[in-house]
Amino acid sequence: MTYGLETAEHPEKLKRVAIDPVSRVEGHGKVTILLDDDDKVRQVRLHVVEFRGFERFIQGRPYWEVPVMVQRLCGICPVSHHLAASKAMDMVVGTKRLTPTAEKVRRLMHYGQMLQSHALHFFHLCSPDLLFGFGSEAARRNIVGVAAAHPETARRGVALRRFGQEVIRITAGKRIHGTGSIPGGVNKAVTREERDALLADAYDILSWSRDAVGLVKQLHGQDPALYNSFGVFRSAMMSLVAPDGGLDFYDGRLRARDEAGAILFDQVDYRDYRSRIREEVKPWSYMKFPFLAELGAEKGWYKVGPLARVQNCDHIPTPLADAERREFVDYAGGSPIHAPLAYHWARMIEMLHAAETIKDLLHDDDIVGDDLVSTGERAREGIGVIEAPRGTLIHHYRVDDDDLVTMCNLIVSTTHNNQAMNEAIRHVAKRYLSGHKLTEGLLNHIEVAIRAFDPCLSCATHALGQMALEVTLVGADGAELDRLARHGDGTTTRPAP
Amino acid sequence: MDGPVPRKLKVATTSLAGCFGCHMSILDLDERLFALLEKVEFDRSPITDIKTVGDCDLGIIEGGVCNAENIEVLREFRRRCKVLVALGACAVNGGLPAQRNTLSLPLLLQEVYRSEPGAEFGLIPNDPELPLPLNKVHPLHEVVRIDHFIPGCPPPADAIWAVLTGLLAGREATLGHGLIHFD
Repeated sequence: MTYGLETAEHPEKLKRVAIDPVSRVEGHGKVTILLDDDDKVRQVRLHVVEFRGFERFIQGRPYWEVPVMVQRLCGICPVSHHLAASKAMDMVVGTKRLTPTAEKVRRLMHYGQMLQSHALHFFHLCSPDLLFGFGSEAARRNIVGVAAAHPETARRGVALRRFGQEVIRITAGKRIHGTGSIPGGVNKAVTREERDALLADAYDILSWSRDAVGLVKQLHGQDPALYNSFGVFRSAMMSLVAPDGGLDFYDGRLRARDEAGAILFDQVDYRDYRSRIREEVKPWSYMKFPFLAELGAEKGWYKVGPLARVQNCDHIPTPLADAERREFVDYAGGSPIHAPLAYHWARMIEMLHAAETIKDLLHDDDIVGDDLVSTGERAREGIGVIEAPRGTLIHHYRVDDDDLVTMCNLIVSTTHNNQAMNEAIRHVAKRYLSGHKLTEGLLNHIEVAIRAFDPCLSCATHALGQMALEVTLVGADGAELDRLARHGDGTTTRPAP
Repeated sequence: MDGPVPRKLKVATTSLAGCFGCHMSILDLDERLFALLEKVEFDRSPITDIKTVGDCDLGIIEGGVCNAENIEVLREFRRRCKVLVALGACAVNGGLPAQRNTLSLPLLLQEVYRSEPGAEFGLIPNDPELPLPLNKVHPLHEVVRIDHFIPGCPPPADAIWAVLTGLLAGREATLGHGLIHFD
């Protein structure tokens, strides 16, 4: 089901309104809206406007550098890339099974990240919209405004994020872009002192995570009509699940459900991802559009992330979060919830699960063990898949006999949600913007829909375009540094000076 | 009678060709953020909804310059901010995105959009809404004058704190052992 606002028939006759940059999200994106003379919305697009080319320049690098290098795709969820790449390189170094210490230290790192990322997203980025209203005064719609109006909420948000960052620092060596995970295991376990320091805070964190679920439920309950309908559209959903069907962020097998909740495929080995997922390219965004192969490009797009995971799994393996999951599922009376704003509710349930899991892992003596690495027969290919805060993350590499990477393919979490985010903003544009005089507050409605997905647009950044254009870069002293021409046929040249 | 309340310093921040890790390191100030907010107010920043930069006392920029839009934003920051800080490895020297500087842009495109496993329809994005990428990724100081550089990937929160509190007190911070690193 789509809203048909992707491409207007005569864009040249329409007025253009841009939201540039989209704010309170990670990465670089903008939204363009084309309106006719009656202010009716005719076209809405979320563009990812940056290009990196990580997949190419990682080639030729030694495989052991990869987990440290590729995490620089993203400063909010570097641990996801660090671990997905490590899992791929586990295959390359022939690890059949991680040591218990390595597996649990990695899990601790990952659940620490889930906690900090979800806290950041909810408290620092989204709570202003939900607490003050989507069309509230722009100057107040930020964490500073929240700190002034709801100081305790802001303080808890900061404390939750800090705790997650500290779990990462202790397991990875640094809060951002750490080095703890290596092919075949980890380079460091947790010391008893570090464990005790984390345990001193773990129970407050657990309690505040419960309160956060309560806060989202309260917001949802105050205006169910809005929360259930805003930007809503139906689609398939996909995530990893554990062999027993439980929620697992670190490892598992692929499961997808159609828009009615029926299983499309289940327990698929993620190394076969290519037989299940294809990617489409559209000319107006650097971000690709993945779809489920068996449903095709038109109907096969899907959602990933908290809303998909919490509904895709059969249970959550910690008691408090599972009780919340059951309440969430019961809320919709058995049919899947597709409302983008329900992402916040699902995300806080996941944060609670992360807090419970961290507490349990901290009580597990394996994390202070000293058996860190296991290896086996060297292989030439590695695929690592993980549930990042924003959804399923796929890393795929080939490595030659000189230990150098020869191929890299990445499908990052936010990319899976590309079509979903575009559909959500088209629905919002149609419902709230069309035919109205556009105000800043109305435009923020579009961003509210995007934020619900917690997009990481810098993760989703891939490559560049082919318009005939020429650009000159002039330095601070007036000297020309660079000049580049891009031709209509897609070739790029440097004109002679 | 009390004197006038001291004006809060206006600070704008942005990320160009960066990963937002430096902004995360700003948030790693944790509870010190609340102390900072007593003294500064944020103008354009990824954490506010102000989309264009106003006249500011301080501009903090993460990331290098990789496309035409980055150049526009950087120049606007230079025009509007009295003091401009390059925050982190990418802003200081191009960082990891500059790894592509040894590669040909058209070939890079071909590879990412046309020959990758699983990619459909062999199309390269070409919409005028997409800013033109530069052939190379540049550090900030090659494009505008920069007043202060804070290295690190990302710089630790303590280094950011030292620089900000120094500037707020009207002096240049000295980053001691452990606060300057080039990882």
